[in-house]
Amino acid sequence: MSEVLLEASNVTMQFGGLCAVDKFNLTLRSGELVGLIGPNGAGKTTCFNCLTSVYKPTSGSIQIRGVNTKPLRPWQISKLGMTRTFQNIRLFRELTVLDNVLVAGLQHTRHTMFDSVLRTPRHFIEEARLKERALELLAIFKLEGKAHLEAGGLPYGEQRRLEIVRALATEPRLILLDEPAAGMNHSETEDLMNTIAKIRKDFHLAVLLIEHDMKLVMGICERIIVLDHGVIIAEGTPTQIQSNPKVITAYLGAEETV
Amino acid sequence: MAALTDQTARFNTLKSLPAPVVAMMALIGLGVLFDNFTNAYTQFVMVLILTNVVLATSLNLVNGFTGQFSLGHAGFMAVGAYTSAWLVTRPELGALPDFLKFLLLPIGGGLLAAVAGYIVGLPSLRLRGDYLAIVTLGFGEIIRVALLNSDSLGGARGMYGIPSTEAVPALGLTAFSAQFAVASVWAVITFVTLWRIVHSAKGRAFLSVREDEIAAEAMGINITQTKVRAFVISAFFAGVGGSLFAHSVKYLNPSTFTFTKSVDIIIMIVLGGMGSLTGSVIAAVIITILPEMVLRELQQLTGIDLRMVIYSLLLILFMILRPSGILGRLEATDLWKMTLGRRKAEDRKVEGQRVEGKA
Repeated sequence: MSEVLLEASNVTMQFGGLCAVDKFNLTLRSGELVGLIGPNGAGKTTCFNCLTSVYKPTSGSIQIRGVNTKPLRPWQISKLGMTRTFQNIRLFRELTVLDNVLVAGLQHTRHTMFDSVLRTPRHFIEEARLKERALELLAIFKLEGKAHLEAGGLPYGEQRRLEIVRALATEPRLILLDEPAAGMNHSETEDLMNTIAKIRKDFHLAVLLIEHDMKLVMGICERIIVLDHGVIIAEGTPTQIQSNPKVITAYLGAEETV
Repeated sequence: MAALTDQTARFNTLKSLPAPVVAMMALIGLGVLFDNFTNAYTQFVMVLILTNVVLATSLNLVNGFTGQFSLGHAGFMAVGAYTSAWLVTRPELGALPDFLKFLLLPIGGGLLAAVAGYIVGLPSLRLRGDYLAIVTLGFGEIIRVALLNSDSLGGARGMYGIPSTEAVPALGLTAFSAQFAVASVWAVITFVTLWRIVHSAKGRAFLSVREDEIAAEAMGINITQTKVRAFVISAFFAGVGGSLFAHSVKYLNPSTFTFTKSVDIIIMIVLGGMGSLTGSVIAAVIITILPEMVLRELQQLTGIDLRMVIYSLLLILFMILRPSGILGRLEATDLWKMTLGRRKAEDRKVEGQRVEGKA
């Protein structure tokens, strides 16, 4: 079996009396593509926030590549090789498209701020390398022509793609995508899913995907986890999930027996 | 494949050397030139302009680029000013040549201010917005009150008779042009350092914190460290500015470094544009000259002192007409590039028409 990247066991997140996530368990191995679905308010994004240390879980443990993430800040999670995108796009809006990607690549550069102030050769070498890499990534998502535009001015679909590019620039092993296709039309979504499948192969990425578009989730995910009211109600292959009565109840409600 | 060879990188390093040196020389030359036909008051204002450039650009790193709201810049400035004024009387420094001593004194003031910046920054940068503003405001007041009660630093009487640079005949500098030279060197160092920080990928980390802390942190940016860095760098140059100030006014009093002083510097960066270094420079020049020279002339002509009334009105009017400041978040060089770009685009259009015409 391939390496375990992420292991969450009994992760519970309580906000006061509300239990947003209850005993969440997940093991993610390198190269896997797993879907996380569930009705609105099921706790999917809260899960992401727990996994990336934005929230500190009330109980339970999370390990990324064997490291316990409890004492870690989100930026340290990124250094462990796990990164994410956001449901409500969080780009650096007033920076250029290129700068957005450059910032994400900073953790892999070897120059310091002193190098930049003194403009040493190392500054030029590292910044050129960083920029080259950023442009390569932008090219994969067909954004290289917009490198010098303000990120906040991009059309919606391109902003979503830029978020993925920015996440990829941190050179992750595992990427959490929070509704990457939200608000896209059918052909855009299909395009995006093909790209996700491609980058997953090219970068040897594991992907954990939150998505509402059932057809797509069912189409590309190997394994699906269904969350409802913070509890995992089902887990399995797309075919198993589709015929699971609990899932159907969660989405459509129970059939009334009169 | 490396994107850039070692040789090109070294060449780029060499290429970036002359600009700051040329800027320093030009400013020093300006001081020598003005020396002949200006009175002591104008000369004082000239040094004050450079001091304010140092203060405004450095505050812009925190308030404009990193998006934190600091109201304590006068506090850091006070630390630098008093440190420098105290250091200058130390006999240990007597061995240094006079001009060199004054050139190096701002480092002392800056370092202690940077330490203060670190101490204030580390605990308080967990706070945001208004809360941070209150803490930095409190810090400024603590410094002021501490100075007010320290007899060895003059207390409420202040420190007077602070030595200043003397003429350096060997370099052809008079007392004023030597002082202006020191201020020029430090203004250029400040500007170039900050410019290079924000115009590098490394420095984009500051801007990413301003734009979205949560996203920045998810992308591997240590935001606490980034904010503390911004604070320390900013405080260092505030200390440098304080040192320049101390040796040009030659008299320090705690009441100089009140909250109002911090606000004066904030006015400069808001007027110039938060997140625009060249804007800060332009605004520092305008704000220093406007009340001191232009409005004072007006007062002498009319005989009534409406200086501060007119000054405030002008500021209000300006902020209504241009709320994002003179340059907004652009730099003067961006404007230049934009006009250049537009001209090129027009050229292309003309070229295109010509080609069409031929066909």
